[in-house]
Amino acid sequence: MSLIEVDKDVAAGTMTVVAEFDAPVERVWRLWEDPRQLEKWWGPPTYPATVVSHDLTPGGKVHYFMTGPEGDQPHGWWRVIAVDPPQRLEFEDGFADESGNPLPDMPTMVIVVTLTARQGGGTRMVTATTFPSTEAMESLLAMGMEEGMAAAMGQIDGLLAAG
Amino acid sequence: MVVDQHRVRTDRVFHALADPTRRDIVRRALGGEHSVSALARAYPMSVAAVQKHVSVLERAGLVTKIRSGREQLVRGNVKALVEARRALDRLEEVWRSRIERIGEILAEEEGSSR
Repeated sequence: MSLIEVDKDVAAGTMTVVAEFDAPVERVWRLWEDPRQLEKWWGPPTYPATVVSHDLTPGGKVHYFMTGPEGDQPHGWWRVIAVDPPQRLEFEDGFADESGNPLPDMPTMVIVVTLTARQGGGTRMVTATTFPSTEAMESLLAMGMEEGMAAAMGQIDGLLAAG
Repeated sequence: MVVDQHRVRTDRVFHALADPTRRDIVRRALGGEHSVSALARAYPMSVAAVQKHVSVLERAGLVTKIRSGREQLVRGNVKALVEARRALDRLEEVWRSRIERIGEILAEEEGSSR
């Protein structure tokens, strides 16, 4: 089990996470394919996930909710864009109402999961998450660079250093 | 644990910044306070249309409206930008912990099959 690298491309609005596990590709795929397995890791311990419906076919939907310490239950949905078991899954992830219907006017993220067998055993899992708007990400950067933003940049640097 | 609340806010910021006019308004408002009517003169659109853009930005926390006599002044909010800039950091945290949990699940199995 190991996290290999995290690549955050702010300009492209994507984040790529590479991890390797000592388990075959088929086993790692089941963590995505089996809703009971998915529940075990999708949400943090303080916000465990419950998967209501789960259809990993092209155009298929997944409806889940997470239960918070105060009993709050944010719902989420996936829409499967493409799936090629056991090596690739591409889906859109967003906020849902209690019936699992996407909430309007809420941007979504696209997540692409790729599993490949490692030489000598084990699996390499790459997840690439794309934010809703590349322009938005770019403008964040650009605005940070603008003249008169020195103070803001100082603040950003401070926050990043602290984080 | 407020990942989802954070995400709602971050998504609002990204959504607000997805429009070129709104990006420009934020840029100007960060440089100093502008009235809505002064902003409207900078764009080929009605005051009402600019007002609407300002409202979207206000909901995302990117600008604040302050009353000055009969005018409403728009002021940029640096904090919201910094917040959004950190969104990727938070997302990284979410995935780091997911991968940790996956690793634990797989390691437990390996242990019990021995």
